[in-house]
Amino acid sequence: MKTLLLSTALVALGLSPALAGKAFISNERGNTITVVDTDTWEVLTEFAGGNRPRGITVSPDGKKLYVCASDDNLVRVFDTETYEELPSLPSGPDPELFILEDSGKRLYIANEDDNLVTVTDTETREILAEVPVGVEPEGMGISPDNKFVVNTSETTNMAHFISTEDYEIKYNVLVDQRPRFAQYTADGTRLYVSAEIGGTVTVMDIAEDGEPTVVGKITFEVPNVRPEWLQPVGVRVTEDGSRVFVALGPANRVAVVDGESLEVLDYILTGQRVWQLAFTPDEKYLISTNGNSNDITVIDVEAEEAMRSIQVGQAPWGVATIE
Amino acid sequence: MLGCIRALMASVVLCLWCGAALAVDVRAAVLRVDYPSLLPVSRFDLRPDDLGFAGAALADADNGTTGRFLGHSYETVTRAVPPDEADAALEDLLAGGIRLIVVQAEAEDLLRFSDRAAEEGALVLNAATPDTALRDADCRANLLHVAPSNQMMADAVAQFAVWKQWRDWMLVEGSNPADQALGAAYRRAAEKFGARIVEARIFEDTGGSRRTDSGHVLVQRQLPTFMQGAADHDLVIAADATDYFANYLPFHLWTPRPVMGSGGLRPVTMHGAHEAWGATQFQTRFEELAGRYVRPEDYNVWLALRAVGEAVTRTETAAPDVLRDYALSDEFELAAFKGQPVTFRGWNGQMRQPILLFDGRITVSASPQEGFLHQRSPLDTMGLDQPESQCTAFN
Repeated sequence: MKTLLLSTALVALGLSPALAGKAFISNERGNTITVVDTDTWEVLTEFAGGNRPRGITVSPDGKKLYVCASDDNLVRVFDTETYEELPSLPSGPDPELFILEDSGKRLYIANEDDNLVTVTDTETREILAEVPVGVEPEGMGISPDNKFVVNTSETTNMAHFISTEDYEIKYNVLVDQRPRFAQYTADGTRLYVSAEIGGTVTVMDIAEDGEPTVVGKITFEVPNVRPEWLQPVGVRVTEDGSRVFVALGPANRVAVVDGESLEVLDYILTGQRVWQLAFTPDEKYLISTNGNSNDITVIDVEAEEAMRSIQVGQAPWGVATIE
Repeated sequence: MLGCIRALMASVVLCLWCGAALAVDVRAAVLRVDYPSLLPVSRFDLRPDDLGFAGAALADADNGTTGRFLGHSYETVTRAVPPDEADAALEDLLAGGIRLIVVQAEAEDLLRFSDRAAEEGALVLNAATPDTALRDADCRANLLHVAPSNQMMADAVAQFAVWKQWRDWMLVEGSNPADQALGAAYRRAAEKFGARIVEARIFEDTGGSRRTDSGHVLVQRQLPTFMQGAADHDLVIAADATDYFANYLPFHLWTPRPVMGSGGLRPVTMHGAHEAWGATQFQTRFEELAGRYVRPEDYNVWLALRAVGEAVTRTETAAPDVLRDYALSDEFELAAFKGQPVTFRGWNGQMRQPILLFDGRITVSASPQEGFLHQRSPLDTMGLDQPESQCTAFN
């Protein structure tokens, strides 16, 4: 609210609202990035994002935007203020999704076509390591202590726990069909892995040394929606771990799950084929990308209600936000 | 017993590396019988030498990548033989200790292979034959069908036609037994989904001039007159399993109507342009390996061996009976780039899977269509359902 007031004041004074929060949406088929003001929820601009942009994230200081340009076989980098393109990062072939460590130095990239996770140094722009994983690596999660990166492989149906110290896989956990996303809780004691075709989210407890133990599975059920349409993809957990939001693909809904009981509390209607999710940095809003209706849906996190949908580019895939 | 001990020893070594995994060596085969055949109507349909085998290579790579984390290894041998050498080839595979065999052969040969394989405790996976009878009274307990039946394919087309409200059909069948069997499937499909066959004709296979330089000149004159004077219809359904006339139909009708079935909009398990449900990465992997677009035959073999791989991953064994029982159980599910898990029908061993409707360029639709419901799974609206099937080998 404070940010909103401030930016309104700046607009009133005729200054550019430089402090406005922004959401960046990668449009897989449009080959563009749409920029949305997260105070006014207006589209600010749309710029070329490389070929088949999918995974998208920002540097810890919010100044650089990283985009997996899958068909260019590299990570494109943009200035989040000017949208100018900066020198690209090598990614290995067909980068789909990635995760940046807290320092912003190492970027862990899933190479979907090559069964690899590539580790790239964002400063020297060099590849530090290539870790062989299962078939069609996609989901990338990082433990809050940054000691483990978890990769999910869609055809192998595993979560691979890669040590960030020696880049060796320490644990492999079989999950249900087509795992798409891995998300730790902020305290690092739990990991959620979604399985798109299995229709489940596997819940693991994480020991102090990083060892995972499967403790449960979240399943979904919506009246009048065919069970095979309930396809969990993107997962986000609130800072306190109390709520887990799960995007359900062609079911066009985001599930709200109790982080304690693992019960589904509600299903929030979104646009069509909802895949990825991102909170605004203040965690007030959750943004979903809806690939088939070419829009994003803004969800009020506290009210657990959809606020509005905003038209973006063609086939929106991923979303990242800055303050 | 010796193998057992070796496996245990291997697992001890592996455990140092990867925890509790048990070493499993999965040896499978693909046996393809190459029957004498004429050239296809379209050059695009020429049979590559590695038809089906390329799918096996991809499956080995996919299964092997997964297996690496579990101590499971996969090796699939491929055999392409003329019909008179097929039985010897099977004997050779069985003698070599292979007990998981994917077969691309016609129904009669497939059944004989299955019965012989059963004597050795081997599991056979059908990747080609669409004969509905093999899912019916002629089913075998050790024979799983990854290839869809004629009835599944016909039902997939029928659902789409009915969804379109194109209910009055003109059925054009070929005169060969395989064409007639396919035609019968379309007749049943019409009855099942409330369409009407208002006119049925048989286009005789007279050994005509396929792929000659002037073929189209004759076709352009003869086919429209053959189609003349039919009762009013919304749609032409072609049942041409032997590929001699259906591909000519779409633009050589008398009354302009859409064509579906063996020509026009065709039911397929996979095609090289299919991108939905993550299939793009399947296509790029396949093309990198094979240097060509995927054919349904390749996908069927890939899917058969992936089903084996998934069962091995979950059960940690290569024992055919354990894999079979797991594949037929409610626990089994497999992602196959079709938007929902594929599973097996426990009563006749047929894989349930969505069918793509392909116009030669793009996926026009995928069946089952919206609104066709079934108490077990919408996929069971296609093909023989349990109460209709005479199959008792799975009881």
